[in-house]
Amino acid sequence: MSTPVTIRIQAEDFDVSTELKQLSTHDRTIGALVSFVGLVRDINEGQSIQAMALEHYPGMTEKALHEIAQEAQQRWPLQGITIIHRIGDLMPSDQIVLVITASRHRHAAFESADFLMDFLKSKAPFWKKENTPEGSRWVDARESDEIALARWNNSHTL
Amino acid sequence: MLVRYFASLREQLGCDSEQINSSATSVEQLITELSQRGELWQQLLANNNRLQIAVNQAIARRSSPLQPEDEVAFFPPVTGG
Repeated sequence: MSTPVTIRIQAEDFDVSTELKQLSTHDRTIGALVSFVGLVRDINEGQSIQAMALEHYPGMTEKALHEIAQEAQQRWPLQGITIIHRIGDLMPSDQIVLVITASRHRHAAFESADFLMDFLKSKAPFWKKENTPEGSRWVDARESDEIALARWNNSHTL
Repeated sequence: MLVRYFASLREQLGCDSEQINSSATSVEQLITELSQRGELWQQLLANNNRLQIAVNQAIARRSSPLQPEDEVAFFPPVTGG
């Protein structure tokens, strides 16, 4: 049986418990579910954030996320992956991204969720634009994201 | 050839996508061609070492080959998640 992979790009909010249930009910061999939820912060690089707009590259985004999910499945024994990323206008404390991984045991679920987020942040074509009291600005890519990604190159997996 | 621009690049160039007749056989050649439009294009494409490129919605490089019907996209480093 192939691993169920759900990938959604949407303006609407998502409900974490609904998504967890959705991913786990189909398979009784799942022993571990790990979820990561990213939220919009109200401050970034010393500036207060009033709102944020998320742009993406329709088509390529879905393709990139499917590739990232496939890569995770090759590295860990996973029973399911859910990736939801919101686009459009968001406010501080809004949910922006959800990653869920399902596996028999926790280590594969924890590690693969971490891996998926690192890859998503550096490879999926999304761009954030923040509204601050001094006007709007595009968020700069962080070097720390590239470093986070590089650590997966040589690491052994389960 | 369909050329698309995203995020800050789209705003700075004032263009989100355009259909062009180009004989470029590599991304590098296309960049050289587009950079002849003026200083802004040159600065944001040819002289931009953070420029990200996709060909047919897959990550590419300046050396990547191009076909006349390809979709090429230029954008800044991604900041999702």
